Amino acid sequence: MKKHILSRLSLKSIHVSEEIRHSYNGIFIDLGELVVFTINVIKQLFRPPYEYKELIKQGFILGNKSFGLVSVTGFIMGLVLTMQMNPVLADFGAQSLLPSAISVAMVRELGPVITGLICAGKMSSGIGAEIAAMRVTEQIDAMEVSGTNPLGFVVTTRVMAAMITVPVLVIFADAFSLFGAFLAVNIFEDTSFTLFMDRSFSMLGFRDLMPATIKTVFFGFFIGLIGCYKGYNAGIGTESVGKAANSAVVSASLTIFVIDLVFVLITNLL
Amino acid sequence: MQKEEVIVVKQLYKSFGDKHILRGIDLTLHKGENLGIVGKSGTGKSVLAKCIVRLIEPDKGEINVLGTDVLACDDAELTGIRKKVGYLFQGGALYDSMSVRENLLFPVRRTQFVDKEQDSEELVENSLRSVGLLDAIDKMPGELSGGMKKRIALARALILKPEIILYDEPTTGLDAVTSGEISELIIKVKEEYGTASIIITHDMKCAKIATDNIQIMKEGVFVVEGTYDELSASTDKEIRDYFI
Repeated sequence: MKKHILSRLSLKSIHVSEEIRHSYNGIFIDLGELVVFTINVIKQLFRPPYEYKELIKQGFILGNKSFGLVSVTGFIMGLVLTMQMNPVLADFGAQSLLPSAISVAMVRELGPVITGLICAGKMSSGIGAEIAAMRVTEQIDAMEVSGTNPLGFVVTTRVMAAMITVPVLVIFADAFSLFGAFLAVNIFEDTSFTLFMDRSFSMLGFRDLMPATIKTVFFGFFIGLIGCYKGYNAGIGTESVGKAANSAVVSASLTIFVIDLVFVLITNLL
Repeated sequence: MQKEEVIVVKQLYKSFGDKHILRGIDLTLHKGENLGIVGKSGTGKSVLAKCIVRLIEPDKGEINVLGTDVLACDDAELTGIRKKVGYLFQGGALYDSMSVRENLLFPVRRTQFVDKEQDSEELVENSLRSVGLLDAIDKMPGELSGGMKKRIALARALILKPEIILYDEPTTGLDAVTSGEISELIIKVKEEYGTASIIITHDMKCAKIATDNIQIMKEGVFVVEGTYDELSASTDKEIRDYFI
């Protein structure tokens, strides 16, 4: 009896380790494919024909779709952050630092990361689902057989569009958050817009703005790239469209945090 | 006199994991011939068509299209071959985000098939006229019926004036009348454009109207070849089953 139980246990443990082995292989294969895909996309960025019209169209679609959500989120973030911080700073008699604290927090960290996450959810899933649907309905194959490189027309345009729109959306999110903060400050006391803005920008320097802007370009690149990669490599059947969209959101969101961490480490070293 | 061979496939093998799809396919398509490939679903008909234009890489074998070894050629040569081979996909594969006009202009502009914009517009109109759907030029794919989508997709496949057309299930999902119309259109295209075609189908009415010869595929190999009349008169039960 004991031997029987042991043999069952060992069989089970072998089964589990096989599963783990397969899943690790899957991760490495996926990573390897993503690296190859990225290299091909980067090569394609510099190879004619340059699809300007499609780039503008995609830029407009991506930016337009996310603008409302990003603006509202930024506004609420500014509002909430001010309402939370005001009593704490009041206890220390440092209320005058509130605009600067909000602007530094929003511009350096919260604005880019929250906008990045919203774009990861909205853009990456949209791109992933759209390209996966194109793959499933053989539209990608149709492009290939008609002598067009889908990587250039479908993928690079979307990656470039995301690289351009995400930083612009971050700037809007930051602006709306400062406006939200201004309104919140006025709940507690009367402050002029000029004074609030003057204080907001008084502690913001080149070292705050540059890394924050550069990292949003990387956010955009990876949001576009991951969405395209997941869609481009979708399986067959409509089920894979949903899977591609879902997987794109998860991977892009995680990547946002990793890029943010890397940039914070680099910025601290400089 | 022997007709010119436009597609020659020799001993083609393709597997997906443990599943052996193509198990040694030999096929020859002659100039001006309409060859039907008939078989049950999942026998590898579409895989064969995709291997011919290298949308799928085969494991082993030889594919020669218009005198070019498709499996050995570089990207530029492959693009050149693909321009000469039209492909009608099962669902039409029209680009959802583009109008019918843009769908047809897409391959023309990308391949710089004509120099002037006016010529490409004329090409689009002529191509749509040949499938009888000039009225649909400004419609979006979502506004079209299944039969119309197939016709537009055929117009798009024809626009680069291909020498060969691969039809993947051209009548699947269509009613009997529309299927008949598409089959007649395949004949019309052959007569007007002088194309050679491979017609993958399990619609025997389509095979009867549109093909000169038929190859029956079973489990990844061709089991029998003949004209529609020869095969339909066969006493072999397995072959006769396809004609019921």
